Amino acid sequence: MNTTMLVPTRQRVSRNADRVGLGALIVASTCLVALGADLVSGPLLPVVVLVLVAVVVGLLVLVAIGGPQARRLLAPYGLLQPGILWLALFFLAPVWSLLRISLSTKPSRFSVEYSFSWAFDNYTTAFRDFGKQFQHAFVYAAVATVLTVLIGYPLAYVIAFRGGKYKNILLGLVVIPFFTSYLIRTIAWSTILADRGPMVAILDNVGLVRLFEAFHIMNNGQLLNTPAAVIGGLTYNFLPFMLLPIYVSLEKIDTNLVNAANDLYSSSMRAFRKIVLPLSIPGVFAGTLLTFIPAAGDFVNAQFLGSPNTTMIGNSIQDQFLKQNNYPVASAMATVLMVSIASLVLIYTRLFGTEELA
Amino acid sequence: MTRKRTKVARWALNIYAGAGMLYLFVPILFIIAFSFNKPRGNYNIVWQSFTFDNWLSPFSEKSLTAALWVSLRIGAVSTIISTILGSLIAIALSRYKFRGSAGINLFLVLPLTSPEIVLGSSLATLFLGQNFINFGFVTIVIAHIMFQVSFVALTVRARIRGFDWTLEQAAQDLGASPLRTFRKVTFPLILPGILAAGLLAFALSIDDFIITFFNAGSTVTFPLQIYGAARVRIPPQINVLASMILFASVAILLVATVSGARRRASMLGPQKTK
Repeated sequence: MNTTMLVPTRQRVSRNADRVGLGALIVASTCLVALGADLVSGPLLPVVVLVLVAVVVGLLVLVAIGGPQARRLLAPYGLLQPGILWLALFFLAPVWSLLRISLSTKPSRFSVEYSFSWAFDNYTTAFRDFGKQFQHAFVYAAVATVLTVLIGYPLAYVIAFRGGKYKNILLGLVVIPFFTSYLIRTIAWSTILADRGPMVAILDNVGLVRLFEAFHIMNNGQLLNTPAAVIGGLTYNFLPFMLLPIYVSLEKIDTNLVNAANDLYSSSMRAFRKIVLPLSIPGVFAGTLLTFIPAAGDFVNAQFLGSPNTTMIGNSIQDQFLKQNNYPVASAMATVLMVSIASLVLIYTRLFGTEELA
Repeated sequence: MTRKRTKVARWALNIYAGAGMLYLFVPILFIIAFSFNKPRGNYNIVWQSFTFDNWLSPFSEKSLTAALWVSLRIGAVSTIISTILGSLIAIALSRYKFRGSAGINLFLVLPLTSPEIVLGSSLATLFLGQNFINFGFVTIVIAHIMFQVSFVALTVRARIRGFDWTLEQAAQDLGASPLRTFRKVTFPLILPGILAAGLLAFALSIDDFIITFFNAGSTVTFPLQIYGAARVRIPPQINVLASMILFASVAILLVATVSGARRRASMLGPQKTK
C-alpha cells in the first residue's frame, strides 16, 4: 500500500503508457468516425474536433517528454496511428454512413438531401424487388467456390509435390494470366463463348451441344448469357485466390511424413487422406473466404457473361446507386450483403475455424 | 497390378493439372492473338487477317492512352502513401508486443473480407454526405489507399515475421542512435519485403474496377475506359496495351526472381567455401 503511494506520478504514468496509447487510438478513431459519418452537428462539432486534435497531439507530447519506458510502450501506437486513423475515416465511417442512408428518405421528390428517418421500408423494397438477385449472388458464388477447389487443389498439389526444381516457374505461370486486367480477361471470355465464337463452333462440331443442353450449361444453343457462363467467369477470375493459399499450406508439409506413412505400408490414397488433406485444410479455408466473398459481390462477370435473367446483387446495387441514384435502397442492399456475408463468415469460422487468416 | 494402377492415377492427376493450367491461359492466348487481328467494324471479336498495325500504333487510341496515364498516376500516389502507412502498421505489429494487438489484427482483415461493392458504395455515401468533396482523382486515391493499407500491412508483416529484432539492440549497444539504427540496420533489411508489397499494391490499384467505379465521378481510369468502351466498340489497341502490361509484369517478375536468386547465391557463397 505504502509503496504504491510513494511511486511518483510520472513513473505511474509511464508504467501505464500502453493503456494511454490504446485509449488515445480508440478515442481518435471514434472522433473521426463521428465526424466522417456526420453523427455530430452544431455546437458538438468543434468539441469533437478539439478532442481529436488534443488526443493526437497529446500522444506525440507524451512520447517526447516520457521516459524510455513510456516511449517504448507508446511507440507501437504512434506507428499505428496514421494507418489506423485512415481506416477509421475511410472504412469504418463509411459503414456508418451506409447504414444511415439505408434508413433515410428524401423529404420531397425534388430535394437533394436525404434525411434519416428509420425508413425500414428500404429494406423491404430490397428484399421484395431484389430477392432473386440475392439468391443468384450466393448460389453462383458458392458453386464457383466449389469449382475453384476442384480445379485449384489438384493443380496446387501437382506443383507443390511434383514440381521439383520447376516449382517456382510453374507457380509463376499460374499467376501470369492474372497480370492482365480483370475486365479484359472477362471480355475475352465473352468473345470466346459468344454465339459465333470458337467455343460454340467446337462444341457444335464435336456434337456435345445436346449434352451441354441437358446439363443446363447451354441454353438454346447459347453458351453466353447462361448462369453457367457467369459461374465459369467467376471461377476463372477468382481461381488464384483459392490456388495460392492452398499451395502455401501444401508447401509447408514435410514430405517425410508422407514417406513415413508409405514406409508403414499405408496406400498413397490413405496417406493423402490422413496426412496431406488435414494439413492443407487451412489453405482451403482461407481460399474459400478469399473466393466466395469477392465473388458474391461481383457484378462484372454477370454483366459481360450473363443476361438480364442472371443478374447478381452487385448488378442491382450498382444500377440503383449509379444509374437510378436511389441511394437508400442501394445502401440497404449493400448492408444486407455485408451483414449476410459477415454472418456466413462467422458461422464458417466457428465450424472450420483456423487460427490464422492472413 | 497396384503399382500399375498408381502409375495410371499419377498420370491422370498430372494431365488433369495440365488441363487446369491450359484453362488459365485460354483467354490470355486469345487476347494476345487478337492483338494481331485486323478487325472489320467496331468489335475486335471475329478473326479477319493478321497485321502488325495495332502493335505499331499502340497509343493511337487517345482516350485509352489518357486513361492509362490517369491510372498510372493514381497508382503511384496511392501506392506511395499506402506503403508508408501499411509498413508502419506492420512494423508496430511484428516489432512490439502491445495491448490491443489482437484487435488491430482483426480490424486489418475486415476491409479485405468485405466485398468490393460494399467498400465502394459505402465510401461513396461518405463522400456524398460531405458537400465540399467532388468525386474525381482525390476520391479515387483515397479509396485505393483504403484497401491497399490493409493489404500492405499484412503482406509486409508476413515478410518480416522472421526478422531478428535483436540486431537493433546490437546496433544500439554499439552506440548507434535509434534513428541511425533504423536507417542503417532495420530499414535495409525489411526494404525488400516493403518493395514487394508496394509492387503488389500498385498492381491492385491499376486493376481496380468496382471500388473505383463508385468513387470516380467523371475521372476515367484504364479499367473504367475499357468498361465504357466495351459497350460501343472494342479496338484492338486494348489487346495490345493489355499484352504490353502482361509482358512488362512478366519481365519484372523474372528480373526480381533472377536478382533474388543471385543475391541469395552471393550471400551463401562465402559460407559454402568454409
